Amino acid sequence: MWFKHALVCAFVLFSVLGCSEKRIDTKPTINIWHWMTDRDPAFQELAKKYEVLTGVRVNFELYAPSEAYSQKIRAAAQGMNLPDIFGILGEKRDFVSFIKAGHILDLTPYMEANANNWKNNFFPKALAVNEFAPGNSYGINPGIFGAPIDIMTIQMVYNKKLFSQLGFDPNRPPKTMQEFLDMGAKIKAAGMQGLVSGWGEVWMIDCLANNYAFNIMGEDKVLATIRGEVPYTDPDWIKVFDIFKQMNDSGVLAQGIVTMINKSAEQLFANEKAVFAFNGSWCVNVYKGMNPHLEYGVMLPPQASSEHPMAIWGGAGSSFMVNAHSRNKEEAVKFLTWLTDQDQQVYLAQVTNNLPANKSSLSKIPEILAQFAREMDYATHPNVWGNSEFSLVIEAFDYGIQSIIIGEKTPEQVAIDVQKIKERELAKKR
Amino acid sequence: MKYALYYKSKKVFINTLIHIFLISVAITCLYPLLWMIVSSLKTQDIIFKDISLIPQQLHFENYANALREEGFGRSFVNSIFYTSVSVFSVVIIASLAGFAFSRLRFLGRTVLFYMFMAAMMIPIPASFVPLYFLLNKLHLRDTPAGYILCMISVGLSVSIFLFKTFFDKIPRELEDVARIDGCSKMGIWWHVALPLAKPVLAVVIVLNALNVWNEYILALIIFDSRKFMPLQVALQIFQGEFVTNYPLLMAGLTIAALPIIIVYLLMQKYIIKGITSGAVFG
Amino acid sequence: MKIKDTLENYVFVLPAVAIFSIFYIIPFIWVFRLGLFDWDGISFTKTFVGLQNFKEIFLQDRNWWQAMWNASYITLIALTLQNIFAFMLALACDREIRMKNFYRVIFFIPPVLSEIVVGMVWRFIINDIEGANIINRLLAGAGFPNLMHHWLSDPKTVLTTVAAVHCWKGFGWGFLIFLAGLQTIPHQLYESAQVDGANAWQLLKKITIPLMIPVMVLVAILTVLGSMQAFALILGLVGGEFAGHTSVPVLRILSSMRGSSPRFGYACAQGISFGMILVIISFIQYRFSNKGQ
Repeated sequence: MWFKHALVCAFVLFSVLGCSEKRIDTKPTINIWHWMTDRDPAFQELAKKYEVLTGVRVNFELYAPSEAYSQKIRAAAQGMNLPDIFGILGEKRDFVSFIKAGHILDLTPYMEANANNWKNNFFPKALAVNEFAPGNSYGINPGIFGAPIDIMTIQMVYNKKLFSQLGFDPNRPPKTMQEFLDMGAKIKAAGMQGLVSGWGEVWMIDCLANNYAFNIMGEDKVLATIRGEVPYTDPDWIKVFDIFKQMNDSGVLAQGIVTMINKSAEQLFANEKAVFAFNGSWCVNVYKGMNPHLEYGVMLPPQASSEHPMAIWGGAGSSFMVNAHSRNKEEAVKFLTWLTDQDQQVYLAQVTNNLPANKSSLSKIPEILAQFAREMDYATHPNVWGNSEFSLVIEAFDYGIQSIIIGEKTPEQVAIDVQKIKERELAKKR
Repeated sequence: MKYALYYKSKKVFINTLIHIFLISVAITCLYPLLWMIVSSLKTQDIIFKDISLIPQQLHFENYANALREEGFGRSFVNSIFYTSVSVFSVVIIASLAGFAFSRLRFLGRTVLFYMFMAAMMIPIPASFVPLYFLLNKLHLRDTPAGYILCMISVGLSVSIFLFKTFFDKIPRELEDVARIDGCSKMGIWWHVALPLAKPVLAVVIVLNALNVWNEYILALIIFDSRKFMPLQVALQIFQGEFVTNYPLLMAGLTIAALPIIIVYLLMQKYIIKGITSGAVFG
Repeated sequence: MKIKDTLENYVFVLPAVAIFSIFYIIPFIWVFRLGLFDWDGISFTKTFVGLQNFKEIFLQDRNWWQAMWNASYITLIALTLQNIFAFMLALACDREIRMKNFYRVIFFIPPVLSEIVVGMVWRFIINDIEGANIINRLLAGAGFPNLMHHWLSDPKTVLTTVAAVHCWKGFGWGFLIFLAGLQTIPHQLYESAQVDGANAWQLLKKITIPLMIPVMVLVAILTVLGSMQAFALILGLVGGEFAGHTSVPVLRILSSMRGSSPRFGYACAQGISFGMILVIISFIQYRFSNKGQ
């Protein structure tokens, strides 16, 4: 068996060497895999432009849905069939596994060349998602392992027309939790629906709950909880769980939000059937398609405590990584540098209504999109926390909140359940 | 005379009841189909606002747009190719095996049959990655042949099971007659068993056609090149990660449903009475 | 002669066995082997843990058994309601009634429809805020306003609602196979029984049902397979596992494969365990029916 392998290796080696000699004058083709259906036409356009400009052919291959895409890159990684550039879906640990297996090129030298020329283009928060600090808990050499191509934030939006109908000031969205809860009664009395969001697909619950955890106990305590130093039964965490109970009791949540799919939530908000929505900045493009005349504003989730600043999830939306085994590494990096340059970023933002990752492109984007970007200072993301919570704990946490909303469990019960899973997982690790 | 009238009115009454039952079921089946077709003729901004089944304006351009979408036509042809080759192969291979399990004696018959039966049960999600490795090793990854072989293997078990159950029901007398006439085993399979099993043949064809036609995850994982992708992959792109163009999606889904409906219409004709009965006792 | 005869018999099963061994058994062994490892699905290093994954599934993983129970519930409803329904429809369409061919075509529409459309349409029919609330309106119209309900967001009714839509989507298959089965019953049997003075009910009990038992077993086994592995419809109707109320084994396997700490080895072990349980159930069904004949 090994003999056959050796033979194949030798053959590949020869052909590689043979090719690379010939390739000196012919330009290579860069293959890129991604899952971003809405951005594909824009990518194809940019690829054409790049070929005209440099003579290098760039071949974007789209694989959707994202679920299948992430299986595809895993399989391809195992078979060493990854393309020159690819995107990774999923969380930090996935990313870490790819880096540890040696698939991803460290972009730090390119980023820092010419006095940080490339690096300085980006929002620091966008880069942070792909960055590993010295001494990180994942055991990865410090460095930047991906180039962000757009950014996102997840916030609340509110319908200005419905605000006026309800007698609220359309230019003054609720700032505090109490104001928000008080609106619930009025919304209910008017027979409207309050907040809609895709809470059937639990991760958006997780997102809002984390926002409030930051607001109530501050970043340090949240991260200490993830490290296992603070239990989920801490009164502050119970306060976080209790917010969902309060929201539900006040009637500010739409009927059936626990089994709502985000695409349905978007339809409801776009068709002015709901007053609030909790959604990511990609929604600008969605709402525009469904109802071009929708008048809405962006707001931070109303804060529940004044002790710590409110937080939202944000940072890199999607990133591209360069295959460390690629023969076209240098060309691939050059293309990514070009793709994240101001003009290309403006083009992408305008065509796809995504927030650009390049700082200098921000001034040229639509107003409502800029509103999403303005609160970037509040943005955080699990991928920059330096530690990841166990997926089983996240699952228990999210399902627990669903149980609270349907009145099946109390915040205290959920806290105990989540802590139980946490302790079991911690014990497993030891 | 009175009796006849009684029976007649009773029959009419029962038939009416049956029809009411059948029609109400038929309505629930037709409604989603109509909804899909009507939605495909609307525009994105009214599709969820105007929910009536009679649209004000008919936007047939959605179909033109769907067909014009890059790769749609090619993936349509690919799907037809994958489906017809796989279905044809499954029918031949599975009916041979089903015939053997039903009629022939050989060592390991029961074990093999139970093995095929057991194979129907293992859920697929976890097996895609191993399948990828296997095709990679065999140099069949990113080739239509590899994909078709996988699809054949997926369809085999259930089809063998179906064939065996129905072959068991064919009276042995017919076989004996054919054997006396000098037919070989292959001859019996081809001239006696298959023609008599037309209803199940139709079921197997419809079942496999639908399976292959709707598959996209395996295709996405093993094909790198766009030129090999089947139709369902193109439809996934219409569905979109964030932004869904619903009228375009519905137009695509309607186009995609057509060939399967045609296959079904052709096949259901073979699910008719009188083939066996006439032959056995006539 | 005897040997040649037996060898000839093997020719019939050879193509099936060959394709099957390569494209099914080998990956199966692979999956089983991966089930013995702790592996994230990406790294080149896997940690051998023996039967640890299986031990966790069978002894500790409460969510898994909740999912098994949910799937069994859906399957039980499908086995009884869906199949009886399908059988009745097949009987009705087997009679010499008008529009027979029309019904035959219409009843097979649900299996042909895409899961996307089914999810969207049924959400629209059932849901009260996103949709038309048709079910509740019908209930109110029929004089049962106190039965009106948030069918999809109440944990008590969500699984039954999902099961009902699942049955609607699946009955076409049962219908088709039953119909094919009914065609193999010779006319003459009915005719001679009728001459002997048997009524419709007796014909059904004495001729149709006994002769249809093998087909019923076939449909039952296919129903178990289809219902235990259902998941796309659940995602389309309620978006996910709804605090465990709609979790099913396939969704559990998928969730092991992703998340912040993917456990690919565990997912493989889950797949194998699930398959084994299904094999046992189907085997019992099959043996049971063979005895019944």
